[in-house]
Amino acid sequence: MIQLIINGQTQHFESTLNVAQLLERMTLNNKRIAIEYNGQIVPRSKFKEQILADGDQLEIVAAVGGG
Amino acid sequence: MDQKKLMDNLIIHGKEYSSRLLVGTGKYKSFTQTREAIDASGSQIITIAVRRTNIGQNADEPNLLDQLPPSDFTLLPNTAGCFTADDSIRTLRLARELLDGHNLAKLEVLGDPDTLYPNVVETIKAAKILVKEGFHLMVYTSDDPIVAKQLEDIGCVAIMPLASLIGSGMGILNPWNLEIIINNANVPVIVDAGVGTASDATIAMELGCDGVLMNTAIAASENPILMASAMKKAVEAGRNAFLAGRMKKRTTYNASSSSPINNTISKNKFA
Repeated sequence: MIQLIINGQTQHFESTLNVAQLLERMTLNNKRIAIEYNGQIVPRSKFKEQILADGDQLEIVAAVGGG
Repeated sequence: MDQKKLMDNLIIHGKEYSSRLLVGTGKYKSFTQTREAIDASGSQIITIAVRRTNIGQNADEPNLLDQLPPSDFTLLPNTAGCFTADDSIRTLRLARELLDGHNLAKLEVLGDPDTLYPNVVETIKAAKILVKEGFHLMVYTSDDPIVAKQLEDIGCVAIMPLASLIGSGMGILNPWNLEIIINNANVPVIVDAGVGTASDATIAMELGCDGVLMNTAIAASENPILMASAMKKAVEAGRNAFLAGRMKKRTTYNASSSSPINNTISKNKFA
């Protein structure tokens, strides 16, 4: 069991997973989003390589209306 | 006069825009209304915000970028809601990734939630780092001419002083400071924030601003699409008036007849 903090919320997962797998679970794959992993940007090309470990922090963002 | 001057385009970091009106995408009733208002405004540069996405619960939510694709507009991601240099830097790094390496962005670092007045110390700090990272920053700032110059010297591609507080609609409170900023600047000066109605946008352009950025004045009007088209005309009118060069304003309250004063049929004693 691992614990990730995603957009400020704690989430539990049975085992380690990579960013691409995480997005699939959240039905966010193929969405226009960007990800920060422990303070660093994860380029889309690295989604499969980036393994997530217990205690990692992620920010998943999208574009919204703003001035 | 060369062709470029005849065209009178707004040039931001080498890219030309025929519209000098920049608009935000917030506060509309729907993405459809957002798109209709932006089309009516004729704007080519539009701001967007970057926010945490819904995780899981609402995956089929419509996406702003589907309605406003980067192929149709120059998107200007902002750092609205950031109160520190660090948060604004992180936000723009995420924005650049979100927009496939697009480096043009609007930096704004706010001082407090009540006035949303820019924190210029944090803004300068963030600008120094972001410019080094290759960002082309259009920067929201106070109407302090010294700060405006410092932001230009750091390498910002446009200086965007406020006319009055964000979302206040109070118009241009200090045209004198804006004039100093315009006269000192070697990059475009765009009034950002505070415009309430069309005449405010015209006044900004008559002062010699290179453009106007607004959101609430359009989105919070009763008819955003009509207001968007009013703003388009207001910016064009103000720009043309600026280029035309206004008549000299009298400093004493006397008239000057537009019609010949001689040979009238009147027997008035002044002829």
